[in-house]
Amino acid sequence: MAVTVSSERDTVATPIQRAFREAFYAGAISLGLFVLFIGLRTDQNISNELILVQRWVLLAIVVIAVTLGRFVYVAYALPAMARSKAEKATAPAIVAEPGFLKRNFNRIGLVVLLLYPIAMVLLFGFQGSLKWVDNFGIQILIYVMLAWGLNIVIGLAGLLDLGYVAFYAVGAYAYALLGTHFGLSFWILLPAAGCMAAFWGVMLGFPVLRLRGDYLAIVTLAFGEIIRLVLINWREVTNGSAGISGIPKVSFFGLMSFNVSDPNYIAKVLHIAQSGAYYKIFLYYLALALCLLTAFVTIRLRRLPVGRAWEALREDEIACRSLGINTTTTKLTAFATGAMFGGFAGSFFAARQGFVSPESFVFLESAIILAIVVLGGMGSLGGIAVAALVMIGGTEILRELDFLKAVFGPDFTPELYRMLLFGMAMVIVMLWKPRGFVGSREPTAFLKERRAVSASFTKEGHG
Amino acid sequence: MNAQASANDFILQVEHLSMKFGGLVAIGDLSFQARRGEITALIGPNGAGKTTVFNCITGFYKPSEGMLTLNRRDGTTYLLERLPNHEIPARAKVARTFQNIRLFSGMTLLENLLVAQHNKLMKASGYTFLGLFGFPSYRQASAESIDLARHWLEKADLIDRADDPAGDLPYGAQRRLEIARAMCTGPELLCLDEPAAGLNPKESAALNDLLMDIKNNTGTSILLIEHDMSVVMQISDHVVVLEYGRKISDGNPQSVRTDPRVIAAYLGVDDEEVETVLTEVGDEDVIEQLDTGPDSAHGPGNSASMMAGPVSDSVEHADEGERVTVSKGASKAAQVDARAASVASKPRSAAKPAAKSSTAKAAPKKPAAKASATKAGSASKGKETAAKPTAGKPGGRK
Repeated sequence: MAVTVSSERDTVATPIQRAFREAFYAGAISLGLFVLFIGLRTDQNISNELILVQRWVLLAIVVIAVTLGRFVYVAYALPAMARSKAEKATAPAIVAEPGFLKRNFNRIGLVVLLLYPIAMVLLFGFQGSLKWVDNFGIQILIYVMLAWGLNIVIGLAGLLDLGYVAFYAVGAYAYALLGTHFGLSFWILLPAAGCMAAFWGVMLGFPVLRLRGDYLAIVTLAFGEIIRLVLINWREVTNGSAGISGIPKVSFFGLMSFNVSDPNYIAKVLHIAQSGAYYKIFLYYLALALCLLTAFVTIRLRRLPVGRAWEALREDEIACRSLGINTTTTKLTAFATGAMFGGFAGSFFAARQGFVSPESFVFLESAIILAIVVLGGMGSLGGIAVAALVMIGGTEILRELDFLKAVFGPDFTPELYRMLLFGMAMVIVMLWKPRGFVGSREPTAFLKERRAVSASFTKEGHG
Repeated sequence: MNAQASANDFILQVEHLSMKFGGLVAIGDLSFQARRGEITALIGPNGAGKTTVFNCITGFYKPSEGMLTLNRRDGTTYLLERLPNHEIPARAKVARTFQNIRLFSGMTLLENLLVAQHNKLMKASGYTFLGLFGFPSYRQASAESIDLARHWLEKADLIDRADDPAGDLPYGAQRRLEIARAMCTGPELLCLDEPAAGLNPKESAALNDLLMDIKNNTGTSILLIEHDMSVVMQISDHVVVLEYGRKISDGNPQSVRTDPRVIAAYLGVDDEEVETVLTEVGDEDVIEQLDTGPDSAHGPGNSASMMAGPVSDSVEHADEGERVTVSKGASKAAQVDARAASVASKPRSAAKPAAKSSTAKAAPKKPAAKASATKAGSASKGKETAAKPTAGKPGGRK
């Protein structure tokens, strides 16, 4: 930022001179910022008194790191970037053939996802793979599914929905209640939960049809909170904040069970060693299948008139009406379809956890799903999947970074910095790519060639 | 109009249409008809309520009073004021464009035209369910819709850019695309809100061709709001003139452009100032037109008012007419009417026009010379000349 401020003096100062100056400023600013945050720390001593811990060394390390970082950035990185930019400008405009990775992104991604649990089992053994398949694989896939569902509402139809987690909750509780009370199987309850969530999507849709933009966002946010509060307070049905436990496990189409006590337990049927990893691996593939279903339906819907009407609605609602599109039903189908996938994800979540409580459906979840959609690029499935990997995988991986304890001391817990990372990722991506990882839009039909539509033409919708 | 004309000759009948916004009467008791297969133009000064009429017809506003009857070719009749907004294009087959272009800018041209075929495709896709499972009926309908889109892209001369985003098109092309998109809904009545606004003369000539092509080859009737008189006078079969929400003239382009009330409405100045303003503007043709009165109506060629003339001429003239804006207050056309009534009551007024017009015609040769004369002496003469045409009218028109 200082670069732009002192642009007049830049003409005389060499990069090195400027780097010294700016490094000094950056160091001074960071010193001022961090002297209280890092230099001093409040703590409790053994007799529960508040004491002040002084950490001048750590402060010095941080300030020096900032100073050096700024120096290197201004002195070397900036001129290098300018040079490469100039080279690119002078070089003849060759349309770069997209690399192998880029061309086959979807296929490679699918193969990696299919092989992932096998690779984990081979690398860490059945017991060691549990964490990687469950915490990373299944967790991320659930969020991918949720984000793809929300993408229909926000990315395609342009309706800003801040209460999406409500449909996730409806799906999860529908599965939990029907599963525990009536003992129905997952394969019946999955569509039932989807229908239930879609129904609530329509219920939410009706009153908010007339609202746009900020007002829509506030009402949907309130809807999410209402569902959560009902779940907490309607104790006779939902068991309040204690939640519902003992949710039945998913069976392999009734052929194989994952309960050790059942006669058709998978290890008995297939005559293999008993392990909890089978269930996780099965759930992983189930989640993957549900994700692929979501993606398939989304891609198909985009090429159907209803999907085009969603996108047209995002672009210009009045023009839609002038073309005879019923905007009411179009909005409601968007809400219902998005909610249905939320319900699928919810019922899968309940089946995986075996326990649901209102704690899982707080506003933060909505915010995370929304952040994934925005980071990934509204409307783009690939971008959203990558964003889910970064956001959810990134925060999970923080648990694994034990070596940081060696740097910051033994009581350093990287998980606490989750939200910091979250915010930083958002800021960086929004600076670097304001329309998300994939800002451009794939046209749904073409006459001669399919050319991506630049993000500068597409609109975000007004709700 | 024609007494034998059955109701089915008219595609649209507007009867006693009123639209009030609070205390403001945007349209007051407007009645007119649009004939099937014709181009009907709706003109009038800025703020006359033309777009409000459009919004009433296409369901964006619910009129305060009045009846809007649309007769489709197959004989079904729709009362537009009772249909919900989106059913007017879907069922009554009325399509429209907008004054400020409303395209789906992030979608390609082809997609824009496919969205316009939403209802047809929706049915073909079994309301999404059959299409989701890839039934062949939808695939066929989809191919047909692309063919229709291709047809209209060719008509609008946009086929080369079919796969570009609509927001990337130049202004004139966006206007054509909006018309093509409206035509893809398969309308029987196409409402165009200032299609030539912002177009250069070449583009507006191309637009004329497109509209004539639509009229001749598809049988779609067109209702048109336009300020560009070259478009209005060349292609329209029927012109309705609005001022302050009321109809002041209605007829073929020839009769409308010589109607003194229309001229007064467009020039929008007091009778005393007519000549002053005209000479300041430097439009001697209009002065002559005013002076000679409405009897010039019999020859299309010799009239050179601001409402007529070749393309390049009237583009300028129309603009100049617009620039002399209406002062807030009473309708100028109403003033002309009032004056006509008072003049008609006088017995000698019947003889006066012929004699006076010949002298008036001879006198103003140079506008520059006239400018000085006008200020001093011709205030009274201006009154007479402006009043004359209407005095002669009752006998001449009906």
